[in-house]
Amino acid sequence: MTSPSQAAIAGAETPGPDGAGLNSEPVDGDKAATDQLGRSPGQLMWMRFKRDRTGVISAFVVLIMFAIAALAPVISWLYGKDPWTRYGQIRPGLLNDNAYPVKPNGGMDSEFWFGLEPGLGRDVLTQLVYGMRTSLSLAVVITILSVVLAIVIGVAGGYLGGKPDYFLGRLTDLMMSFPNQLFFVAFTPVIGALLVSPQDEMPTWLRACVLIFVMWLLGWMTLARLLRGQVLTLREREFIEAAKVAGTPPWRIIRKELLPNLVTPILVQSTYMLPNFVTGVAGLSFLGVGMQGSTPDWGRMFATGAEVYQSDITYMIFPGVAMVIFIVAFNLLGDSVRDAFDPKSGR
Amino acid sequence: MTSAPSEGAAARAAGAGGATGAHTAAYESRTALTGTAPREAREAILDVRDLVKHYPLTQGVVIKRQVGAVKAVDGVSFELRRGETLGIVGESGCGKSTVAKLVTSLEAPTSGSIRFKGEDVTRLSGRALKAVRRNIQMVFQDPYTSLNPRMTVGDIVGEPFDIHPEVAPKGERRRAVRELLDVVGLDPEYVNRYPHQFSGGQRQRIGIARGLALRPEIIVADEPVSALDVSVQAQVVNLMERLQDEFDLSYIFIAHDLSVVRHISDRVGVMYLGKLVETGTESEIYEHPTHPYTQALLSAVPVPDPGAEAGRARIVLEGDVPSPANPPSGCRFRTRCWKADERCAREEPPLRIPDGAGGGAGSGGEGADGPGRGTAGNAARHPSACHYAEEKARIVPD
Repeated sequence: MTSPSQAAIAGAETPGPDGAGLNSEPVDGDKAATDQLGRSPGQLMWMRFKRDRTGVISAFVVLIMFAIAALAPVISWLYGKDPWTRYGQIRPGLLNDNAYPVKPNGGMDSEFWFGLEPGLGRDVLTQLVYGMRTSLSLAVVITILSVVLAIVIGVAGGYLGGKPDYFLGRLTDLMMSFPNQLFFVAFTPVIGALLVSPQDEMPTWLRACVLIFVMWLLGWMTLARLLRGQVLTLREREFIEAAKVAGTPPWRIIRKELLPNLVTPILVQSTYMLPNFVTGVAGLSFLGVGMQGSTPDWGRMFATGAEVYQSDITYMIFPGVAMVIFIVAFNLLGDSVRDAFDPKSGR
Repeated sequence: MTSAPSEGAAARAAGAGGATGAHTAAYESRTALTGTAPREAREAILDVRDLVKHYPLTQGVVIKRQVGAVKAVDGVSFELRRGETLGIVGESGCGKSTVAKLVTSLEAPTSGSIRFKGEDVTRLSGRALKAVRRNIQMVFQDPYTSLNPRMTVGDIVGEPFDIHPEVAPKGERRRAVRELLDVVGLDPEYVNRYPHQFSGGQRQRIGIARGLALRPEIIVADEPVSALDVSVQAQVVNLMERLQDEFDLSYIFIAHDLSVVRHISDRVGVMYLGKLVETGTESEIYEHPTHPYTQALLSAVPVPDPGAEAGRARIVLEGDVPSPANPPSGCRFRTRCWKADERCAREEPPLRIPDGAGGGAGSGGEGADGPGRGTAGNAARHPSACHYAEEKARIVPD
């Protein structure tokens, strides 16, 4: 039945005998020998990241900052001071009559390396490391909570589609429409007043929880939107359909097929979110709605520094420089992580 | 003939344990079958009747009301016999891929039935659906999006085993995956690699291996080679043919490349705007098409011989494919058909063997084509959805 035309058509599609291309394909033979294991996208990302000098340096800076914050009690112990003792008031000769340090440069000397706080006379170095500990731990908790909520809402909206997507999308829009700084300033005292009667002092842990809550409430939307978009594109990919054809239940599709492909945007976005939350928490403290009382806090150091900068600029410099270094390093790290994950997107 | 299903089942059961043994067993049973029964006489394992899929068109933001429907698939019937390849051709947007999604239960049909061995798949759910799904697997079009970039090849090919643990017990999986890779012509050492380390053809082989993992009886291939280079296309098509013999598979092979479909198919269905317009064996469709649309399609196939290319008559259709949301009345092809008259607008031609087909209709000028045309009458006797179905001479030059 094979007519010449059929043979011609078949011939055009079949350049060689069946066996030629079928069994042993020349798959980059030289490479096959060297890396039979194969590199995962994660390993490739790590290799690219290691080549990025800016990224590695920023990662080191960020890690050191976190280490300093985490090791604050150890540093305090080695250094022999703590952030609560009012050295300037206990010991005469450290502060003058106007409660400013006697020595130049904010009272820096071999004993108080970073000087003394004007007024209360506390040690600046220990205050800074303890303050970083407070801010960073708050920021980390807020970031984790926001990422989790963003994953839940973004993936649910994107995967379910239809009505749930519509309502989750409008909820996201609604939350985005709040001016967040104003919201924080207005609502942190309100929530505090709801929980604790005005006469009582609010316990530190509760204040931390309130801060975390309000920042979390308005912190998840950007990532949720991003993830929803990602899920919408991933959902149309054929490997999701392939999993469905095999009978994979939806929960497993989300866990095994979707989430691993969302790691990149989640990681990149959270490296941008964390420094934002650090500045956010510091901003609230600066405005007087953050951590209160004797808890050492990065943001409140700025507030004090702003009061005294005309007489004692040194007090502003240490928390300021530390924060700038941290934020810049973290943002550069975020850029490098993004570049490492997605080498095709140019800057 | 009666022994066919039990033999297949035995091979399948054995396949769960030792795949290599099962391959040969399946192969033997297959050869035994072909020896005794011609393909046409085999039983149909998939019977699709009046399949309809309409996607509703809605208006309004909050309160949605339906204003119409995109009739992606509108009454498609066909059957698939064991071990045969049914090719489905048609231009983009004619509903080929929707048929594939319906057959693999990725989408629920608006109406109609899909019977797998007598059981209506469209009414199944839960465990029963899962069991049927095992037997109807799919190979996808784009090898670059059909493999999860975050999974190793071993995980991709072995994933179906997690969902259907009865196919390969836990301890057997690694070996089963390696055997599958071997079967599709990939080095089993590649199990720990990731998809981005492979070429398009290799990726498509991985996709085929995944489709084979559950030892299905039917594989729906939705344009499996259209994203590949021509030379690689041939390799993949040949691989699929080899696997069909080895595992006694039935294929629904969807493509828009007519020559690829001709190469692999036993029977061919031509789709236009959500309907099958002509079905028949490969030679009936390609050498004796009776539907004007098929004739036009075939006249557009490039012929590698410049002399023949210059000499043949090409049918150039005018206009565009009408919107499936608002298909023409009567025959859907009438807006572009040179034979169309008022009858075509009035009544819809059913897909059946045309009355006048055979010696009578094809006579006249075509009689001059020579004695070879004597058999053409019988070959033209295949279902065609046209009121004026008749053969047209010299569409593809001999």
